[in-house]
Amino acid sequence: MARTYEEINARIRKGEAVVLTADEMTELVASEGARAAARKVDVVTTGTFGPMCSTGAFVNFGHSDPPIKMAKVWLNDVPVCADLAAVDAYIGATALSETEGMAYGGAHVIEDLVAGKWIKMRSTAYGTDCYPRREIETLVNKDTLNQAYLFDPRNAYQNYACATNGSEHTIYTYMGTLLPRFGNATYCSAGQLSPLLNDPFYRTVGVGTRIFLGGGTGYVAWQGTQHKPTVERSGGGTPVGPAAALALIGDLKRMDTEFLRGARFHRYGVTMYVGVGIPIPVLDEEMAAYTGIADADIETIVFDYSQPTRARDPLRRVSYAELRSGKIELDGRKVPTAPLSSYRVARRIADVLKEWIKEGRFLLTAPVEPLPAEGGVQPLEIRDGEGI
Amino acid sequence: MAKKRLVLTFPPEVVERPVVALMVRDFDIITNILRAEIHEGEIGRMLVELEGNARKLKEGVAYLKDLGVQVEEAITDIELDEALCIECGACTAVCQPGALKIEPPDWGLTLDKDRCILCGFCVDACPLDIISVKF
Ligand code: SF4
Ligand code: SF4
Repeated sequence: MARTYEEINARIRKGEAVVLTADEMTELVASEGARAAARKVDVVTTGTFGPMCSTGAFVNFGHSDPPIKMAKVWLNDVPVCADLAAVDAYIGATALSETEGMAYGGAHVIEDLVAGKWIKMRSTAYGTDCYPRREIETLVNKDTLNQAYLFDPRNAYQNYACATNGSEHTIYTYMGTLLPRFGNATYCSAGQLSPLLNDPFYRTVGVGTRIFLGGGTGYVAWQGTQHKPTVERSGGGTPVGPAAALALIGDLKRMDTEFLRGARFHRYGVTMYVGVGIPIPVLDEEMAAYTGIADADIETIVFDYSQPTRARDPLRRVSYAELRSGKIELDGRKVPTAPLSSYRVARRIADVLKEWIKEGRFLLTAPVEPLPAEGGVQPLEIRDGEGI
Repeated sequence: MAKKRLVLTFPPEVVERPVVALMVRDFDIITNILRAEIHEGEIGRMLVELEGNARKLKEGVAYLKDLGVQVEEAITDIELDEALCIECGACTAVCQPGALKIEPPDWGLTLDKDRCILCGFCVDACPLDIISVKF
């Protein structure tokens, strides 16, 4: 049993495609097997709604009169990167407000833009013959901007670590507040619903794949930064811990704050919850088996985040079924677990994408180019210039 | 007479010792334990109301601190703006009594105020900053 992208799209256009969410597919494969599921199902929709610091948006402000070659730009007092052409800028999600600190940052600016709010814009410049203006202060919103598109250098992480804290003190991390003496453990993946865990070897997700992004449509632009496919894998093929990642792009003007939210992790900084949903075509029985993966078969590693090193000692391997049960065992003691990524919103994303496809509003795309299937990440060594 | 509502956090090695009883005896403090979440071998939490001579109260609190008990001013209520909640679960990570929960089948957030010991930990832990306290 095999089907092509063209055949699937023809069925979508006719309103005949059979679409299941990854949760539903897991149940179907468990009860009827991958072969029967492959025969029945055309597309499986996935979803994830987690915090991703590697998020941002490109914007173009338009030219003032007289024009300005913006050197420094602030949006609601948050500095943004304007080191591009005269009125282009990139709003980085993690930039902090110069007046409010961690309470407001780039991610909140992006959310406020999507919400249609007016944003206070301020810029200074050194002035040139062709761009004589040296400063400007005005208000902008998403409709006054020429372009506004989300561009995430890294998102949709294929699995992530589980964090705990073996020290005597509470620590504040991008994995949330970790209580002392293994007081809790946090995890941050949608597990069996997560996009790349349903296509563990990137057979169908690649450059050019059309996706759900922040409530609108977007595309996979490239491999994500720190894309690391060469890792240890569990029986079902899913990586044990972080592996692949995607760079994503999509029109910010069509997004919805239900799926794009600014956030701050206490004493860590600002980040952004980004909703991502990727449709996985059930090309054959192998893809049916992949999309049928269950939380019990997806594993990650627990690390003690109080170790201030990039090479923390792995404490143990744990499945998402165990993490989702609310308690895991560490050294004989029961440690309560908590998610950081919203399973509820992830499900909603998979449902919305399913509806779009069933209604014929969203067609599938074959990758223009596959993601690298091999490769690791390089550490940053401290070099002094000698002996290079 | 002075009155104080405090949240006491006991490290596991202190949990099993009758420190509150000793404080009551040695400093002549009326103690009303409003809520307690104590299990052997784990961090324990207690919401208490202490009443007594102002100086003795101070000494009693100092005695607890000396034993490694963390002492914090209690709040009177928490408020959660449900309309803004994304049901991520980050707040449940620090809620040791299990008042905040995110569970199957629907993975929605629930707040059971009867279990809340008003420690206020969830306020900072919520990345959306939608939980606030009342003192
Ligand atoms: S941390 Fe905040 S946003 Fe997340 S579930 Fe708790 S209250 Fe809701
Ligand atoms: S204040 Fe928040 S963290 Fe503390 S017990 Fe109540 S709900 Fe839980």
